[in-house]
Amino acid sequence: MSNNGNGRTNGSPRIGVYICHCGINIAAKVDVERVTRFAETLPGVVVSKEYKFMCSDPGQELIQKDIREHDLNRIVVASCSPLMHEETFRKATANAGLNPFYFQMANIREHVSWVTKDKDLGTEKAKALVAGAVRRVSLHQALEKKRVDVHPDVLIVGGGIAGIHAALTIANSGRKVLLVEREPTIGGHMAMFDKTFPTLDCAACILTPKMSQVKDHPNITLWSYSEVTKVDGFAGNFTIQVTRKPRYVNEDECVGCMLCIDSCVYKQARVDDEFNQGLSKRKPIYIPFPQATPPVVVIDPETCMQLSKGKCKQLCAEACEKHAIDFNQKEEVIEVQAGAIILATGFKTFNPMRIPEYGYGRYLNVYTSLEVERLVNASGPTGGEVVLRDGSKPKSIAIIHCVGSRDHKTNKYCSRVCCMYSLKLAHLMKERSNAEVYNFYIDMRTPGKGYEEFYDKLLEEGTHFIRGRVAEVTDWALTDAEEGKMIVRVEDTLVGMPRRIPVDMVILSVGLEAQPDADDVRRLFGVSCSKQGWFTERHPKLAPVSTATDGVFLAGACQGPKDIPDTVAQAGAAAAEALAMIDKGFVELEPNTAFIDEEVCSGCKSCIPMCPYTAIKRDDEKKVAVINEALCKGCGTCVATCPSGAAQQNLFLDEQIYEEIEGVLNYV
Amino acid sequence: MSDAAAFEPRIVAFFCNWCTYTAADLTGVSRMAYEPNVRVIRVMCSGRIDPEFILAALREGADGVLIGGCHPGDCHYIEGNYKMLRRYRLLLKYLRAMGVDERRVRLEWIAASEGDKVQRVVNELTWTIRELGPLALPVMPQPEGAGASEESALAEANA
Amino acid sequence: MSKPKAGFNWFASCGGCEEAVVDLHEAILDVVAAVDIVFWPCAMDFKKDDVRAMRDGEMDVCFINGAIRTSEEEEIAHLLRRKTKIVIAFGSCSHMGGIPGLGNLFTRDEILEHDFTQSFSVVNPEKTYPQEVTKVPEGEVELPRFLDYVRSLNQVIDVDYYLPGCPPPVALLRNAVQAVLSGELPPRGTVLAPDKALCQECPRLDSKPDDLAITEFKRPQEIIIDEEKCLLAQGLLCLGPATRSGCGAPCVNGNMPCTGCLGPTSRVKDYGLSTMTVFASLFESKDEKEIDELVDKIVDPVGSFNRYSLPSTFLHRKANV
Ligand SMILES: Cc1cc2nc3c(=O)[nH]c(=O)nc-3n(C[C@H](O)[C@H](O)[C@H](O)COP(=O)(O)OP(=O)(O)OC[C@H]3O[C@@H](n4cnc5c(N)ncnc54)[C@H](O)[C@@H]3O)c2cc1C
Ligand code: SF4
Ligand code: SF4
Ligand code: SF4
Ligand code: SF4
Ligand code: SF4
Ligand code: FES
Repeated sequence: MSNNGNGRTNGSPRIGVYICHCGINIAAKVDVERVTRFAETLPGVVVSKEYKFMCSDPGQELIQKDIREHDLNRIVVASCSPLMHEETFRKATANAGLNPFYFQMANIREHVSWVTKDKDLGTEKAKALVAGAVRRVSLHQALEKKRVDVHPDVLIVGGGIAGIHAALTIANSGRKVLLVEREPTIGGHMAMFDKTFPTLDCAACILTPKMSQVKDHPNITLWSYSEVTKVDGFAGNFTIQVTRKPRYVNEDECVGCMLCIDSCVYKQARVDDEFNQGLSKRKPIYIPFPQATPPVVVIDPETCMQLSKGKCKQLCAEACEKHAIDFNQKEEVIEVQAGAIILATGFKTFNPMRIPEYGYGRYLNVYTSLEVERLVNASGPTGGEVVLRDGSKPKSIAIIHCVGSRDHKTNKYCSRVCCMYSLKLAHLMKERSNAEVYNFYIDMRTPGKGYEEFYDKLLEEGTHFIRGRVAEVTDWALTDAEEGKMIVRVEDTLVGMPRRIPVDMVILSVGLEAQPDADDVRRLFGVSCSKQGWFTERHPKLAPVSTATDGVFLAGACQGPKDIPDTVAQAGAAAAEALAMIDKGFVELEPNTAFIDEEVCSGCKSCIPMCPYTAIKRDDEKKVAVINEALCKGCGTCVATCPSGAAQQNLFLDEQIYEEIEGVLNYV
Repeated sequence: MSDAAAFEPRIVAFFCNWCTYTAADLTGVSRMAYEPNVRVIRVMCSGRIDPEFILAALREGADGVLIGGCHPGDCHYIEGNYKMLRRYRLLLKYLRAMGVDERRVRLEWIAASEGDKVQRVVNELTWTIRELGPLALPVMPQPEGAGASEESALAEANA
Repeated sequence: MSKPKAGFNWFASCGGCEEAVVDLHEAILDVVAAVDIVFWPCAMDFKKDDVRAMRDGEMDVCFINGAIRTSEEEEIAHLLRRKTKIVIAFGSCSHMGGIPGLGNLFTRDEILEHDFTQSFSVVNPEKTYPQEVTKVPEGEVELPRFLDYVRSLNQVIDVDYYLPGCPPPVALLRNAVQAVLSGELPPRGTVLAPDKALCQECPRLDSKPDDLAITEFKRPQEIIIDEEKCLLAQGLLCLGPATRSGCGAPCVNGNMPCTGCLGPTSRVKDYGLSTMTVFASLFESKDEKEIDELVDKIVDPVGSFNRYSLPSTFLHRKANV
């Protein structure tokens, strides 16, 4: 069949091939020398060399020197994944005066040496991939990255300590931030704590000033009780849809005086208070906690008489001097623009009902650590006094570590903060109740500045430490002393015998889990997450706050369990990355957009419905399809669909892919 | 069947950049070894994969083809993977009608975090094809200078 | 200057292509006036030996229709190639294998067995099959060998140009003759028809929606076809988007979907696949079961998408592997 497709460009190809040893990472399973000699025999190859570390400066210089000396016009590097170093080598190519897109990479590390047992077979596979790259690169064309201006605002999703810190950092640099928080207040988990390890400084004292700074900062717009519901666009130019739930209180008017709460027709608070983990009650009109930010009340439509039954004396509205209460408030959907996005959606705690042996939900005096954080909090349900649900004061307390962590049945990973906060809680409980405190741990994990010292301090305070995974919490007493208590059954691995410790109170140090909606959120923002639901960073070491989607960054516990110091450090890093992008002023787009050859397009319109971004329109005058390059994101779906081969994709031309197919198959 | 014992399938894989290619990188980073028979070609989205590529690979000597994309709902470009799914389902029917065992062409959704799935799927496909044997598509004699001289020989013989 | 010498030949085809030549009507007189027809077995009496007697390259142009199915056809194809400067594959069968190319869904033995023992019109209890060599008192009678496969002309000899269509549209033929006579020929290997798909010249294109989504397939006999609206939008398998234009869309104008006789445009490597791809991509459903239900509506994917082109696809023929 005839073929007047794309010919070879800019004269005949003069290809340089470079095979990397990657130390022994590649060389152990690929005979690099053999591949290098093989590449020499491929059509168009002028030089073929091997080198220990191609990505190092001398490696890159080698390429550049050869480009000049041998007048090379195409470069192939066989080394690691293009997702790792394609940019590095494109730059090296460009620095020698060649168009950076005259470059192709063969992935012989992640896809060969690291996954192949036999060196001969690894070598064969590497040869095939190199041949594919060489054949493909001969059809590469010069391309240019397109520059697009960056919108200078940043969107931050989640107002825990991570989101708060990132927002302030960015706002202080003079850039504008929109902080979107799902709950009626920012603060996240940290706002629930009384003290924080290891310094035992008061959480409120360090957090609330930051919260009010967020509220007052001229560069920060805070939308609480809101969620992002749609994200369009790309790095530098995101269009974000935020849905603001009605709080039935006009945020601009409310001054947080709480007169309304007092006058609510409910004389008694009857609804479980979420912020206090259900340990106390609130009214239908409420404020999560006194320092809530924004300091604006909320009405819960489920329990408010007016909103649920349509009938109420509306005493709250009457009481409000500011006339802030508005029962007709509706959900609002607002569209905003941003150049960069920081995800700081945090974590949730493990639900211990999933381990029924520990009796949570069955025994009244089994608590989660988060409940106890509220219990010991000076502004908590008991004003910081340690009183059990039955009103008594515990004389003995068990703290069980690793509940929902380091456990094959629930979560394999270590939640990183539980040992430390267990020590913190042990200290606080002892201080407030003078009870005997037993810590049941598997291993004590205290890496961190001042952490081991904190543990030492606890050892001196007379807290008991028992090493062993707790088998069961039961009320089945075997002795008189056990009667009326909960018995913690454990194999003490230091003593090597089973033990039964009767206590009045059990605290389950629940692990950290990804937010239940992590999967929806990551889809919304086009990032990926691990099987456990933690958002995946672009590179665990070298790009820990970036994601695979340019312009979307991560901060805090949404990326994995971490404590406050690490969270804040990461939030700062994410802020810096976002600022770096914005201050640069533009982003460069990968030129892999599609285009249409008018000479062969019949205007059949088949491509138009293919495009998820409505980038394709039909030019009614010319009777051909036209792609709006600014809208095209380069998926290539229209290209595969076009029955005339009229739609093509830069960097992924049909002919280039056919060459690669033939190369990897017929390389011998 | 000594031939079959020596037979090593050649498999071409087309992986989308965002999920399956990344997953295959993860398989490498996690050092999960798998059968060395597969050669991965990267495309931005499974929606870019034209069934013509798949059959071109079979025609060029591949014994099987693996297509990898993001899970439904996860495509980086929203729905490219659904378009691939539709093409794939029709392609299978065509392959059946053309006598090609459909087990040779496999579509899998593999998320960026599923490095282990790359290992499993590549292994399974390799083993399946090892069992099925070489594809050996029928070839028809193609035109060549030789054909012409054959005619001359014929002509002379008939003269 | 003497008149250019032209030939016509007929291999495995229905004969419609010869008809197309006659369809030139009066224009054929101009052709006859402009060229010397030195070989046209269908219309005039020529023998193989007449061709053999020619010098190599003596014929300026030869229009060859039909696919290659027998050893004799193969032999003559080579012979004509030698004697001709410009070989033009004429019609779908010669271009891509055509309807006879669907024979590649069966083996030679299956076809012989069916045609000589099982077909309705045959009574052959002794199972007598045609023999390549039969002894008779006068000596041996030879029949050409019925090959195991059907090939397009370019799978047997080098072809210079292609005149597509079943049969080639008269306008294209006229242009081709004109081009040969004037010597203004495009690069070798070109298909002598516009390199754009049929939708471009279809009068119904404007009625094709921008957001076409296929939810069902219908066969022409199942519905009353709207005479104005795009056929694909009516659920009919119209292959227009994937098929070369140049025919003037007679089928669509006759209220029937295009079946693809002009074959693909120049960049397509496998006509059937490009057709399947465009339709499948346009399916509306995202659900595997629903997609399969729609796929099941396409009773005969090979016949539907490769009616004229099976031998020239990547697979060439049914594999049985
Ligand atoms: C019991 C306990 C005690 C702890 N004690 C300490 C300690 O003493 N010292 C220490 O260093 N660390 C401690 N930690 C760890 C600490 O809680 C975390 O390091 C920290 O809270 C992480 O902050 P973050 O902002 O990433 O997440 P979070 O605090 O979880 O904040 C996330 C915020 O994002 C919001 N959000 C979630 N999803 C969305 C969405 N889709 N849209 C909008 N908003 C959303 C949430 O409502 C929340 O406000 C403790 C943890 C626990 C469980
Ligand atoms: S709604 Fe009115 S009464 Fe209630 S807290 Fe706000 S300002 Fe005070
Ligand atoms: S599918 Fe191809 S031929 Fe049809 S309008 Fe789009 S680009 Fe043109
Ligand atoms: S490649 Fe085609 S379908 Fe994909 S975004 Fe670009 S124009 Fe749209
Ligand atoms: S699909 Fe068929 S009927 Fe519709 S515009 Fe194209 S050729 Fe015409
Ligand atoms: S409309 Fe289609 S089938 Fe009919 S003549 Fe034209 S190309 Fe052939
Ligand atoms: S990006 Fe993976 S299938 Fe579309």
